[in-house]
Amino acid sequence: MPQPKVNDFVIKFANVNGSGSASANQLFAKSILRMGVPVSPRNIFPSNIHGLPTWYEVRVSEAGYLGARGGVDLMVAMNPQTWDRDVLGIEPGGYLLYDSTKSLPPSKFREDINVIGVPLTGIGTREYSDPRQRQLFRNIIYIGALSALLAIDMAEIEKLIREQFSGKDSLIAPNIQALHLGHAYATENFECPIDLQVRRGDGVGDKIFIEGNEAAALGCVYGGATVAAWYPITPSSSLAEAFELHCRNYRSDRKTGKNRFAVIQAEDELASIGMVIGAGWNGARAFTCTSGPGISLMQEFIGLAYFAEIPAVIFDVQRGGPSTGMPTRTQQSDVLSCAYASHGDTKHVLLFPEDPHECFEFASSAFDFAERLQTPVFVLSDLDIAMNDRLCEPFVWDDSRAYDRGKLVSHDELEAGAEFGRYLDVDGDGVAYRTYPGTHPTRGSFFTRGTSKDRYARYSEAGPDYQDNMQRLLRSRPRDPSCQNRWFRKHASRRNWG
Amino acid sequence: MTYIAKPKLRHPRLATNKFGFTHRDYEGAVSTLCAGCGHDSISAAIIQSCFELNLPPHRIAKLSGIGCSSKTPTYFLGSSHGFNSVHGRMPSVLTGANLANRDLIYLGISGDGDSASIGLGQFAHSVRRGVNMVYVVENNGVYGLTKGQFSATSDRGSKSKKGAANLDAAVDMVMLAMELGATYVARGFSGDKSQLVPLIKGAIVHRGAAFIDCISPCIAFNNHSGSTKGFDYVREHNEAVNRLDVMLPREPITAEYEPGEVEEVAQHDGSVLRLRKLAEEYGVHDRIAAMNYLQNSKAAGEIVTGVLHVDPEADDLHDNLNTLNAPFNKLTEKELCPGSAALEKFNASRR
Ligand SMILES: Cc1ncc(C[n+]2csc(CCOP(=O)(O)OP(=O)(O)O)c2C)c(N)n1
Ligand code: SF4
Ligand SMILES: [Mg+2]
Repeated sequence: MPQPKVNDFVIKFANVNGSGSASANQLFAKSILRMGVPVSPRNIFPSNIHGLPTWYEVRVSEAGYLGARGGVDLMVAMNPQTWDRDVLGIEPGGYLLYDSTKSLPPSKFREDINVIGVPLTGIGTREYSDPRQRQLFRNIIYIGALSALLAIDMAEIEKLIREQFSGKDSLIAPNIQALHLGHAYATENFECPIDLQVRRGDGVGDKIFIEGNEAAALGCVYGGATVAAWYPITPSSSLAEAFELHCRNYRSDRKTGKNRFAVIQAEDELASIGMVIGAGWNGARAFTCTSGPGISLMQEFIGLAYFAEIPAVIFDVQRGGPSTGMPTRTQQSDVLSCAYASHGDTKHVLLFPEDPHECFEFASSAFDFAERLQTPVFVLSDLDIAMNDRLCEPFVWDDSRAYDRGKLVSHDELEAGAEFGRYLDVDGDGVAYRTYPGTHPTRGSFFTRGTSKDRYARYSEAGPDYQDNMQRLLRSRPRDPSCQNRWFRKHASRRNWG
Repeated sequence: MTYIAKPKLRHPRLATNKFGFTHRDYEGAVSTLCAGCGHDSISAAIIQSCFELNLPPHRIAKLSGIGCSSKTPTYFLGSSHGFNSVHGRMPSVLTGANLANRDLIYLGISGDGDSASIGLGQFAHSVRRGVNMVYVVENNGVYGLTKGQFSATSDRGSKSKKGAANLDAAVDMVMLAMELGATYVARGFSGDKSQLVPLIKGAIVHRGAAFIDCISPCIAFNNHSGSTKGFDYVREHNEAVNRLDVMLPREPITAEYEPGEVEEVAQHDGSVLRLRKLAEEYGVHDRIAAMNYLQNSKAAGEIVTGVLHVDPEADDLHDNLNTLNAPFNKLTEKELCPGSAALEKFNASRR
């Protein structure tokens, strides 16, 4: 008899896009987490809204492995369209769970796998009259069956259902009922558990389970972003959408309803980055989020922000390129096009988060870097981190942490007679002081331009002025000694900058 | 080219406005445009408007794209922050700036190439969002800075300096602005400063997207016979539908008009637009009727100038977004960061 695989196997759900399977599958993954066992799920989805196949692959790994292992130990085959290749993908000796309401010819199965037929549609039809409920609860019924087959504690799933539907209490009982229907069928008809088992562990601790985009969005809220301008593109859209949701929660005045944020869905990526640059120039913390095609469109503006020294934060959630490429598949395809974005000599600051925890951390710090260095800062994640729930360290915030607004000259300093030249390298670190528009009636104004200029921001095509400016920009890049950001000092080794 | 500063000598008898600023305080660097360029007259009109409205120069932000027209913000309001952005993209930069600080006055300066060709999309979207701004297109029907190519506002059949005919239909910025919901629309002519100054003042006191199409002949590349944007042609075909006076809040109303001739439009800030009607049938509030009138006049070869539409009740982008009255750029950690306790709660919801 083979040894059961405990807390180390891969289960894959083959679903039809739009069938309501996503929340049921997430419920499954979370129930394993609640048993203290790490999982790493992955959405595999096409560039389509309804009707095409999707998969949800869950790697259960007590050791905490995150990568796709390859191979499938248990396939929940809910999609007739992909049946053949789904069945083929199962490891020899593995399991196939399918809807056995209609019988299938033996040719549809394999000799070397274990077949578990549960009449999901049959049970649903018997128990529910509403067609939408029949479809939705079919998903919960297979979760119930799986809990028996894999020895997942039903109490954990019930608890999750209660949490999920708190406030919509009428949905709790029917969901739990569906869960029990599946559980009962599996217990009565099969020997449970099978050779794939979940056993309580302590691999989860206080870790949280979240998508990178949502983490980054929350990081933007904590980092003080007030302006977000974006143009929809997978896999970055959910970042902007999550930002707006979090802002409605944290940044709407409870009494007046007034918002301390503005989210603009722009007409294209050129406008998105233009708005971010305008806001940054005027002293607001602003960001945009996009993916490869958007980065291509933003190039000219990114050069302007670099050369005119305007803070901006750009999230590039990478996907498969070139061109439209594979919009719903992951790739780290934009590293070079971000590092040297725009024509002429530019070099940009890039941050590479490895998980949602760092998406939060880097997002909240990116605004400090952008304002401290007065330049565009890129946060490069990818679809894999951004659109899949990942188990990661919880977010932390030190309430004494102050935003680093960079080098600014205030009204009072101007009034007291401070000399001001927008591109004067006063501190010798390459970063000059700036003023916000409207600071002082007669002092401190300057003209921002994408053309070459002298230290007082005046148009100049003189060779020495150009050289002086370009060299100062280089100087400002890697070694800004006055950078007080703790995160920066801790994490960013100098050779990563530049 | 180098920067030429204007000597800041103050004439003892130079007139000051209510805030003690002289005309000089609203000027900028010496223009480097061609002598006689229409754009310089628009700069002069902007200077006069801001002086007469008693605006503190530093409360104005001037933004532009790229072109001869877009260079002009260097030549006025030297104490204001300015931003020469990239070709055709001034509107997005202005929109972002406006979101960051709603308390400043935003002056967007553009050209017909900048706004009707490369920037047509950004022009359209900033107008339809109702960004509170004064958007001026210095319209010469040509690309001045790149030396005389046709622009998208060149009329079909008009001739370039070298004699080539423009075969494409013209983009009419005024009609577009009306269609897209601009709440103050005017057309002026750089050669008629007495008309233009009030048009600019009216746009400044208006809250919402104010658009001015200002015909501004390019004497280097588009002022020959055969051009429909030259001084002579525009003077001959100009039909002003009204004359505007802008009265500031609590300002005594000086000019007297025959009743019925004058319409008063109160603006959000308390100032009043007094419109002296020249064309009997023209009503500025009725967007559709105005558009009809404009189409008919265009077909008859006329260039209609004046205030073409105004909606004094307009909402702006900040109203639509329901943003805080205070500028975003003044908010601190206290107003922006939810803090560690909220984060702890958030963490708990993701376990
Ligand atoms: C992306 C880009 N393409 C082309 C140019 C070159 N260019 C500079 S100004 C201009 C046309 C300006 O025309 P208009 O806006 O009408 O201004 P004018 O000079 O007529 O006042 C062009 C095409 C540029 N600066 N940027
Ligand atoms: S080229 Fe034309 S638009 Fe440019 S400065 Fe000369 S006259 Fe003015
Ligand atoms: Mg032009």
